[in-house]
Amino acid sequence: MSSFLSVRDLKVHFPTVDGVVKATDGLSFDLEKGSTLGIVGESGSGKSVSSSAILGLHRRTSAIVSGEILLDGVDLLKVSDEEMRRRRGKDVSMIFQDPLSAMHPYYTVGNQIGEAYRVHHDVSKKVAKARAVEMLDRVGIPQPDRRVDDYPHQFSGGMRQRAMIAMGLINNPSLLIADEPTTALDVTVQAQILDLLQDLQREFESAVIIITHDLGVVAEMADDVLVMYAGRAVEYGTTKEILTRPEMPYTWGLLSSIPEVGGDPNAALIPIPGNPPSLLSPPPGCMFHPRCTFQHLVEGDKCETELPDLVPGSRSETHLKRCHIRDSYLVYEQEVLPQIAPDLVEER
Amino acid sequence: MFAYVIRRLFIGAMLLVLMSLVTFVLFFASPVDVGRYACGKNCSPAQIEQTNKALGYNEPVVQQWTDFLRGVVAGREYPNDPALREKAPQLVSSCPAPCLGYSVVNSSTVNAEIKEAFPVSLSLALAALVIWVSGGVIFGVIAAVRKGTIIDRGIVALSLIFYAFPAFFIGLFLLKFLAIKWEVVPIPEYTPIAEGGVGLWLQGLFLPALTLALLYMAGYVRMTRAFVLESMTEDYIRTARAKGLKRRPVLIKHSMRAALTPLVTLIGLDFAGLMGGAIITETVFNYNGLGKLAVEANQTYDLPTIVGLVLLLGTFVIIANIIVDVLYAVIDPRVRVG
Repeated sequence: MSSFLSVRDLKVHFPTVDGVVKATDGLSFDLEKGSTLGIVGESGSGKSVSSSAILGLHRRTSAIVSGEILLDGVDLLKVSDEEMRRRRGKDVSMIFQDPLSAMHPYYTVGNQIGEAYRVHHDVSKKVAKARAVEMLDRVGIPQPDRRVDDYPHQFSGGMRQRAMIAMGLINNPSLLIADEPTTALDVTVQAQILDLLQDLQREFESAVIIITHDLGVVAEMADDVLVMYAGRAVEYGTTKEILTRPEMPYTWGLLSSIPEVGGDPNAALIPIPGNPPSLLSPPPGCMFHPRCTFQHLVEGDKCETELPDLVPGSRSETHLKRCHIRDSYLVYEQEVLPQIAPDLVEER
Repeated sequence: MFAYVIRRLFIGAMLLVLMSLVTFVLFFASPVDVGRYACGKNCSPAQIEQTNKALGYNEPVVQQWTDFLRGVVAGREYPNDPALREKAPQLVSSCPAPCLGYSVVNSSTVNAEIKEAFPVSLSLALAALVIWVSGGVIFGVIAAVRKGTIIDRGIVALSLIFYAFPAFFIGLFLLKFLAIKWEVVPIPEYTPIAEGGVGLWLQGLFLPALTLALLYMAGYVRMTRAFVLESMTEDYIRTARAKGLKRRPVLIKHSMRAALTPLVTLIGLDFAGLMGGAIITETVFNYNGLGKLAVEANQTYDLPTIVGLVLLLGTFVIIANIIVDVLYAVIDPRVRVG
């Protein structure tokens, strides 16, 4: 029995005049109903491109999408455009970051939410609006019967994101993709939105993919975590495994660059040196090697010449890593952790 | 919104007063002896002086200008001579407010001239507007939807060609081939609706309106294409697609609605400008509209007509601007006040 959502060797390539941009290059993961996968990575690592592919949002004229996206046993890459359109917003729906630009400024919130319902249900505008009011109420908008006639610019940032969630969930989708749902919001509102998403996930029993560059969001929401770098998965495992025993230097870098609450306010954050590579001509060997400070742990020039496979690390079968360093969790515990959280090491 | 419109109208009126002053100053700054021109070639200096006096050209510019303004507000009489009015009232013609002046060249008030020529220009502008806006938007959207294909390139190239040709060339070309050589359409002649009905009115307008429309349409095709393509990259279009909307509602409800805003501005201003007369097209087709009137007035140094036309066109543009701003609020809820 395969899982509810099963992505196999997903590739999204954009042919350009300068060559092929491999935005996503061989991505695989599984997701069960009712559970949450966090996809983490820097901007341009292929997070959003991959999730747009699951929704079939890439135009055939501009992108080449290959691999398998099995949703409940049906390969979404093999169904017709019309069939995919019918599933969009109904079986699979998406919440975008920055809800101000993601909502049409000229139509009322109720119109836009109701529209999502009317696309997939043959009902009158009145029924759709009533349904929109119901959803607005469900996502915690006060006086929904009045606010339904407001325009997006009359909502606050948090309310707009709630409205987006209402739009995404109005058809009770079995898979919800949230693309950086809290990035544009301030911290207190972020927590509310994440709570709401969790409540709704429990209620609707949907599978959720949450795309973020915020490991705090991942810790809060996700059951599994997939770390992406330059279009590929570099580490994949349960949230606990990834956050407490990361095995890949890039994940270490992500963890090192988070400020610690209650920590020394003067402590310097440790950024990852350098910039993400060009997806047009990615570096040979391991894509991360030009920025990796642990290459000396690998014998020879393996890092520069050989792309490591995504294979189970040394501690668990479910925890996959793409790194040449042997027993890399030991390196993390002995070298990285003492630097970023010395008090945690003492506790252990 | 109401207070806003009132304020805009007030500013517009101030602007018109300033425009009239500038027109007066520019006119008298020219080296032409206006009185001599109006009187004719064989006038003696005494006759020229008499003409100047009759027309008021002997007064200082500022005096003439204030007389003109008073005429606009309260009306005036030509010539302004109470003694003559006592003696021979039949020689004095009155010009009720808003009096834009009296044209000696055409022996009629400027108001009467405009009243006669305006319907011609308005008809032409209306007919052209319908053709160029519908054509421009339809072809622009087609080009945007088929971006990068032969169809897109064909439409863009064709509109560039029309854009590059001057109006008199297109006008004469259409006249020569469609009307004279192949006799597809009758030779255009303006017929008011009151005389020939809507049918003849439209028939007379067809060629000149088409000429004007082709010229404007070229720009509108390119702009519509650009606006639609631009709105297609917006995040809310991606949201609309993610909902599962079909192509057509995404295009019409979401993309074109956004592209409408800048188009409305252009349409408003272009139409206002055209109502003031299409100089070249009217001349080519021998239409007695405001454009032709303006050309003749300039050739004969007919100051009252020139000032009247400048102010009329100014009024159109100012009002069109206000209407466009009000329409903005209708289209875009973010602009609505309160």
